Amino acid sequence: MVCKEAGLNQFLFEQANIREHSTWVHMKDQEGAYEIAKDLVRMAVAKARELKPLEVQKVHVEPSSLIIGGGISGINAALDLANEGFKVFLVEKTPTIGGHMAQLDKTFPTMDCSACILTPRMVDVSRNKNIELLTYSEVVDVTGYIGNFEVTIRKKPHYVDQEKCTGCGVCIDHCPVTVGNEFDLGLATRKAIYIPFPQAVPGQYTIDMDQCIKCGICARPDVCEPEAINFDDEPVDLKVKIGTIIVATGWDLYDPTEIKQYGYGRYPNVITGLQMERLLSSTGPVMGKPVRPSDLKDPHSIAFLQCVGSRNFREGGNQYCSRVCCMYATKQARQYKEKHPEADVYIFYMDIRAFGKGYEEFYESAAKNYGINYVRGRIAENYEDEDHGIIIRAEDTLINQPIELKVDLFVLSCGLVPRADSDQITSLLRIQKSGDGFFLEAHPKLRPVDTLTEGIFIAGVAQGPKDIPDAITQAKGAASSAASLMARGEVEIEPFYAVVRPERCIGCGMCVENCAYGAAELIDDRSFGRIASINQALCKGCGACSGNCRCSAIDIIGFTAEQIFSIITERL
Amino acid sequence: MVLTKLEQVNRKKEWEPKIIGFLCNWCSYAGADLAGVSRIQYPANIRILRVPCSGRINPFFIIRSLIEGWDGVIISGCHPGDCHYISGNLVARRRFAILNDLLEYFGIEPRRVNFMWASASEGDRFAKLVEKITEKVKQLGPNKKFQKEW
Repeated sequence: MVCKEAGLNQFLFEQANIREHSTWVHMKDQEGAYEIAKDLVRMAVAKARELKPLEVQKVHVEPSSLIIGGGISGINAALDLANEGFKVFLVEKTPTIGGHMAQLDKTFPTMDCSACILTPRMVDVSRNKNIELLTYSEVVDVTGYIGNFEVTIRKKPHYVDQEKCTGCGVCIDHCPVTVGNEFDLGLATRKAIYIPFPQAVPGQYTIDMDQCIKCGICARPDVCEPEAINFDDEPVDLKVKIGTIIVATGWDLYDPTEIKQYGYGRYPNVITGLQMERLLSSTGPVMGKPVRPSDLKDPHSIAFLQCVGSRNFREGGNQYCSRVCCMYATKQARQYKEKHPEADVYIFYMDIRAFGKGYEEFYESAAKNYGINYVRGRIAENYEDEDHGIIIRAEDTLINQPIELKVDLFVLSCGLVPRADSDQITSLLRIQKSGDGFFLEAHPKLRPVDTLTEGIFIAGVAQGPKDIPDAITQAKGAASSAASLMARGEVEIEPFYAVVRPERCIGCGMCVENCAYGAAELIDDRSFGRIASINQALCKGCGACSGNCRCSAIDIIGFTAEQIFSIITERL
Repeated sequence: MVLTKLEQVNRKKEWEPKIIGFLCNWCSYAGADLAGVSRIQYPANIRILRVPCSGRINPFFIIRSLIEGWDGVIISGCHPGDCHYISGNLVARRRFAILNDLLEYFGIEPRRVNFMWASASEGDRFAKLVEKITEKVKQLGPNKKFQKEW
């Protein structure tokens, strides 16, 4: 930047990274740090000596954005970009958008009905002309670079013709296959032909072919009058040109079966926080009147256990705080107390982290006005008695007293974990993950929505656990970053690519073999015969060709052999 | 313990290996940066040289480093499957498996040349591996195979 302002070519610049690579890592060895710093400067000078002025390349940025994930983050990013006039491809792998927020009953701290504030946004997405909504689809291939990504999206077959289907739902009544409903986390059932939930957008019916027994009843003309069922439906691949990508793939709930002592999966009355949310939901399986799964009676006492799968510093545990569990447990406890003021509700916690706007007030009021018992201490053990009540043994660490109590329902406030298939995204987009398994931002403070790959942004819980307002904030930030690239219409990219010295090349073809981008090829040159040639539009400047070149005929601009040799020899 | 001045000087002059680290821009260089930001301490022996990808590293660079008298070489890239350039690190791994044999033929201890993986999030792993490799090179002693002795 300074070079540019001073009228110098910006590539005549080399940085010695003394702070991160010497000062901060050798704080106890001052002499050593000094030596390293001197060497780093020497090495940088050595490279600077060999620097050549280069010309920046400008590339066009396609005014279209790919958003992966149709939860609240993806929805907000999509709407923002579409309203600014950019084409948006919103890809969601399940049959409906809405994500986890659609499963929630109310949202803290305002007690807004989650569906009431979310579903209008979902409908906005489906109505927006600039948004191409691709549900039940997955991104299968991404090539290219900033401004010019080539993306292949696979639309999975619904086996129901959306043009013909009227959404009457008669097929559901006739389908003989009943399975656990993902949307209600197994607390309710659905059929093999289904719609995830009544407000789903798009309201498309789908046949779950893993469960379908292909009896053909739904396809009978007396069941499906418009004859919309099509068992021969095939996946369709869609190829699109994309300028920017936003990754908003969200999260999975921590699976508490990993912690055997809590008995989740063994004891029917031990449930997760998200299941509690479905029980509390007025559109949920019990119409918002939570019952014990074992006998469907009202629980007279409920205990919540915080930090399940979070803040665990043992081997294999998630060390991070999931940030939402304190608040959702407080909210659920309060909701239950509103309906059953006589019930005993306990929350076993390590610390209550009420960090957001209005959260502390919400927590204070829950503890004072609603009579929720907050017990500081983790549960040592819990077991089931003969009528499926849960006996809890814990220690109240504030009064140093062991306590034992029996509750009817035991809710595990499970944390958020990265998506199980997030590795697919990292390898498709070549973005990185941080130690906790969420996607890595380019800088933890200053670039929280960028990734290290230019033109790709992250938003929502995909980057790390956060609540709804924070997820939306980040989604809007990502949309704004993407929009500023696309509005400009072109970006400067560093001209770091491979070049061939024809006089040295023997045409062995090693570079062709090692190039992952198909940028190297062998050509017949009039004066040099059969030699390698690099297509600079495809070349990313990784240097796999150059590293393998037997006669040093290929060089990488920006990291030339002269520059590297100059650094190596400088030390002595 | 009270040291005489001479002892102090001698102690400081204790031989420390000089190691050159070829780090890929996307994973290991970022990992080294993270180690810095997290203030993770490791021995002051490695001098870091940034390359776009471990695949960029021509075996000439390594041999030249050893000829120039660097005591050790670290090549660090992204984890297999995580390469920013799809497969550059795998190309590099194949190449250095062969280089190892060549080094032995030259009469250089192959243990001086170390190949490792560290991602952008593994500052502590980077520091640990550098510490381990530094210890290994220290045991081998100074690299004098290419030094002219008159």
